[in-house]
Amino acid sequence: MIDKLLNPIDMLPRLPLGAKVDDFIDWLLGQIGVLTRLIANFLEGIMEGITDLLLWFPPFILIVLIALIAWRLSNRNIAIFTFFGLVLIYNMNLWPGAMSTITMILIAVTISLCIGLPVGILSTRYTLFHRIVWPILDFMQTMPAFVYLIPAVFFFSLGVVAAMIATVVFSMPPVIRLTGLGIRQVPEDVVEASHAFGSTDWQLLTKVQLPLAMPTIMAGVNQCIMLALSMVVIAAMIGAGGLGGHVYGAIQRLNIGLGFESGLAVVILAIILDRITQSSRQTSEE
Amino acid sequence: MARIEVKNLSKIFGNNPGKAFELLEKGYTKDEVVEKAGQTVGIYNASFTVEKGEIFVVMGLSGSGKSTVIRCLNRLIEPTRGKIIIGDQDVSAMDYNELREFRQHKQSMVFQRFALFPHRTVLENAAFGLEIQNVSKEERGKKGLEALELVGLKGWGNHYPDQLSGGMQQRVGLARCLAVDPEILFMDEAFSALDPLIRREMQDELLILQEKVGKTIVFITHDLDEALKIGDHVAIMKDGEIVQNDTPENILTNPADSYVAKFVEDVDLSKVLTAEGVMKSPRVVAYPKDGPRVALRKMKEASISGIFVTNRKGHLEGYVTAEEARKAADEGNEDISGIIHRNIPTVSPDKTINELFETASSASIPYAVVDEEKMFKGIIVRGALLAGLVKEVVADD
Repeated sequence: MIDKLLNPIDMLPRLPLGAKVDDFIDWLLGQIGVLTRLIANFLEGIMEGITDLLLWFPPFILIVLIALIAWRLSNRNIAIFTFFGLVLIYNMNLWPGAMSTITMILIAVTISLCIGLPVGILSTRYTLFHRIVWPILDFMQTMPAFVYLIPAVFFFSLGVVAAMIATVVFSMPPVIRLTGLGIRQVPEDVVEASHAFGSTDWQLLTKVQLPLAMPTIMAGVNQCIMLALSMVVIAAMIGAGGLGGHVYGAIQRLNIGLGFESGLAVVILAIILDRITQSSRQTSEE
Repeated sequence: MARIEVKNLSKIFGNNPGKAFELLEKGYTKDEVVEKAGQTVGIYNASFTVEKGEIFVVMGLSGSGKSTVIRCLNRLIEPTRGKIIIGDQDVSAMDYNELREFRQHKQSMVFQRFALFPHRTVLENAAFGLEIQNVSKEERGKKGLEALELVGLKGWGNHYPDQLSGGMQQRVGLARCLAVDPEILFMDEAFSALDPLIRREMQDELLILQEKVGKTIVFITHDLDEALKIGDHVAIMKDGEIVQNDTPENILTNPADSYVAKFVEDVDLSKVLTAEGVMKSPRVVAYPKDGPRVALRKMKEASISGIFVTNRKGHLEGYVTAEEARKAADEGNEDISGIIHRNIPTVSPDKTINELFETASSASIPYAVVDEEKMFKGIIVRGALLAGLVKEVVADD
């Protein structure tokens, strides 16, 4: 009795937070199960299509193509690095895994941008919306990445699609944040000048705010890609496959050699993606 | 061209303007309203008329509400009360689309900090208003170039704003306005961010430009000299109210109250105009190494009877008269260093004209304006000085 009085919070019954979330997810699943299956089929289709396309190319030609794109978007050194990096990945027999990882990133980032950019823009228009969205972003970003895997699996079952959804959730916040930040940073007098010339909201956005916010937005895109890459590897735990799958397999079998090789492949991809998006950001700053 | 009529314009910043009006009507001051009601009075009951084709200057110190007035005229700031009639349109009653239409075609604005678009070239900046109007690219380019030429920026179209000096940037700002050929120009402290010399130059050019384009211009400034120089009418604001709206002459000679009187007292132009303000650049100078004949030829070409001598660094050495140079030439002197008058009257650039009159009024040669480092800046010819005063000091009788 004395014990209980000394520690009154013990008298508080155990709050059923976890159980409630379980119930909620079950309920939601019942409500939108059809929808999630539709989305899953759709994404899986696209995923397979793109991966097949990438694998249909003779690897050497694809490597040269990607190196050329790197050259076009940034500079020669990065193009050279891209070429040899990809050759190394092919040489380590990780080519199909790398292609499926790249595909997942492409799709996840595209979805992130399609949702993140408009949300970021809207957050600068409506204060209330901003106030609602920002705490959610904090939540999304501080929640350990692994936690996303669980509901993703619930809705989309084990596999690539669940991994992709988790990746989208994880990689979207910087896009929203930096888009909002970039637009807010546009000098007020310039916005006023645009109004003074009678521009519509759309004209203000497309002719003044977005161009001036572009370097910041590109930083958001860069962040998004990097986060997507890291998440795609983690998501191997729920069957995402790709390079992450090799890493995960290596952990389970304690295969140091394979772990190192597939880890290296991830690093190479990361460097290529980072350098290309960063330099296109610098170009838009000039 | 359009006439602007403003009736009882008021702007209260805060969520309870009714309370503020109540207090203002009882005669409370702006500060008391902030204290009692937490409402900030931007403008209270401002009424004025701007005639077609005139330059109307709203002058006031910071916080007097002048910038709020100009923003109410195109509703960048929503007026709390009052009517704004421009031409035959009631701007204060326009809906969003009418207002946009009005802003696109009828008026245009120049900003204190230029507010150019840094990601657009000078030409794209100039053509911005037309782009907003969805004018075709060809037409935009043509009109943009015309506007740039009008403000003296021909050939700068492909540069970016940050490659231009402040004065040039504001010319772009002006070109951006003129390109849409508005009836009204709103100029918000348009020259305040510029160096004094550039500012004066821009004022002169605005007046010349106005001769050509004849817009109705509302010009905001905190500088009374500027107001008197360019305004056809000047409204002086204090604490959100217009204390006097008059011609520059009347403001100088019949100040409406002690506030205006204090301003005007400070602005007696003979006290305000400095040596730097009235000096002219010397067309030619001689160097000590010059032979007397060279000096004579320089004088003859410039039709002057004496010439200032500087060293190669631009430091003033003295003055040589034509007479003595001729004598030296006859005597066959090698150079003019022997005949330089070194004790000549000089003034510093910040001396006022009043002080100029007091010093060395008997000297027969022009004043040399020399800065602290002895650099030769310019000359003041006495006749020009008087003429300048007569022109600048409006009706100081």
